[in-house]
Amino acid sequence: MNPFSWNIVTDLRSMWQYAFMRNAFEAGTVVAIVAGIVGYFVVLRRSAFATHALGHVGFSGAAGAVLFGFNPVYGLLLFTTGGGTLMALLGRRAATRDIEIGTVLAFMLGLGLIFLSLYNGYATEAYSILFGEILGISDAGVILTLEAGALVLGALILMYRPLLFSSLDEDVAEARGLPLLALNLVFMLLLAVAISFAVQVVGVLLIFALMVTPAATAVRLTQRPLYAIIVSASVALFSIWAGLFIAWYEQYPPSFFIVTTAFVIYAVVRIGPTVLDLVERAVGAPSRRASPRTPSPAVTPHVDPQAPR
Amino acid sequence: MGGTFSRPTVPSDAASSIRAFHLTVGYRKRRTPVWQDANFEIRTGEFVAVIGPNGSGKTTLFRMLLGLQRPARGRLEVFGEAPRRGNPRIGYVPQRHTIDTDTHVAADALVRLGATGTRWGPGISIQGPKEAAAQALAAVGASELGHRALGALSGGELQRVFLAEALAGNPEMLLLDEPLSNLDLRRSRELVEVVHELVRARHVTTLLVAHDINPLIRCLDKVIYIANGRVATGRPDEVLTSESLTALYGVTVEVLHDSRGNIVIVGGENPHEANA
Repeated sequence: MNPFSWNIVTDLRSMWQYAFMRNAFEAGTVVAIVAGIVGYFVVLRRSAFATHALGHVGFSGAAGAVLFGFNPVYGLLLFTTGGGTLMALLGRRAATRDIEIGTVLAFMLGLGLIFLSLYNGYATEAYSILFGEILGISDAGVILTLEAGALVLGALILMYRPLLFSSLDEDVAEARGLPLLALNLVFMLLLAVAISFAVQVVGVLLIFALMVTPAATAVRLTQRPLYAIIVSASVALFSIWAGLFIAWYEQYPPSFFIVTTAFVIYAVVRIGPTVLDLVERAVGAPSRRASPRTPSPAVTPHVDPQAPR
Repeated sequence: MGGTFSRPTVPSDAASSIRAFHLTVGYRKRRTPVWQDANFEIRTGEFVAVIGPNGSGKTTLFRMLLGLQRPARGRLEVFGEAPRRGNPRIGYVPQRHTIDTDTHVAADALVRLGATGTRWGPGISIQGPKEAAAQALAAVGASELGHRALGALSGGELQRVFLAEALAGNPEMLLLDEPLSNLDLRRSRELVEVVHELVRARHVTTLLVAHDINPLIRCLDKVIYIANGRVATGRPDEVLTSESLTALYGVTVEVLHDSRGNIVIVGGENPHEANA
């Protein structure tokens, strides 16, 4: 293994000599793009809780698959799509959705517990489901990820405008004849598939870093839905590549670096403007917010203590 | 009120947008109908206020016109046909109190969806909807709001954007549910001006649910007054009289006028509903 050089291309080439790294980058790229795009609708529809719940439901499915000797991803798919269908059918309107999601989540996590207690193997299986195992993706796993990703993207392209409309303005979309129940059901299924594959990369517990954080970053950078989707996918993609890249040189779990990268980008976008503003005020530069009635920055009590940041 | 159409086989009239024959509305779980035996006609291009106490069934009328709810009895016609869900000839602004302040989506993206939001498949033609959205925003005097985030708009600005969203589909009828409810008197009058202008310029039939008739009263062609399970329809000066409302409510109601033409309704089940 070559040491780190500032020539990123050479570094990547040396990583890609190894099949597991190529697979990680390939599957990671597909997962990032899909999660970033689906994530935009998660943020718009305020389905963060559903995302969280489906990840956990998926854990139960994966535990069941391990118990019965199947590939965990099939257990994940079975449970997330089943759970997503239940959630969609029970909670049609956004206002009541959380309660239904919570009840389905509790029930299906109970199944996960019984699967785990029946399973006498090692805890490593459970650990990799909880925190992801991007370096353990097989060639067949990459192909499967690619197929699932193409399916989700194709469906999203076909239903882009109706889904956007029903996410932003449910009542009008209903009056205009859009099938809200079907749209919600299909979206939950797409979310379930996206989550099942994202779990390979970051695991059940860190799913938010791919499904919510990039989109939450994007909506703060642009108000155009299409641009926000592109930014969201790009942030997710950068997080995964950066995470894998760093993990190659620092022997810690890639999931940690992926999640941290995504969070740092979010934090910069979220508090960056505020910090800049505070610094600007503290150094006494003419602020665009200054008005005759505003007291001078130096005597505004809540500004000064934070300014040194 | 009432009795104008004794048979549900009145010859179709091209200038008529809405016709109700012995229309009765109820929910399955409630034994008594919300209101019953309403007969009225709304002609194309009329500006109509739908007035009545809370829970009297004003929104229910809209739900029936939109095909979201069926009449319990009687018949309702929209443009000469039975109401159907998704009728592109109707633009709808539902009653909404607020929009989440962290909705980081540009207003014109929503308006654009009003034009193309029901289309499936990849949306290649960006230019057409963009222009439709710009025109709709201009028509409600909100061109400068297009690039602003929905979550950052005030109540009055939001109502204009919602109106533009409804207009973007080029409807022949507008159903506006309580667009004035969260606006102060000045903003109310401004929005009514915008709507009135649209009704006149585009000849679009408009029904507007309101609590207070006063900001509207000078522009209206007709009033649909729903109270006490019954419906009275007619010109404002016919419906909004002590005699007519007393007959509707079944108890003494008085309609008082001030020097500037504002009215106050005293009595009835809910004496405050028509006050400013």
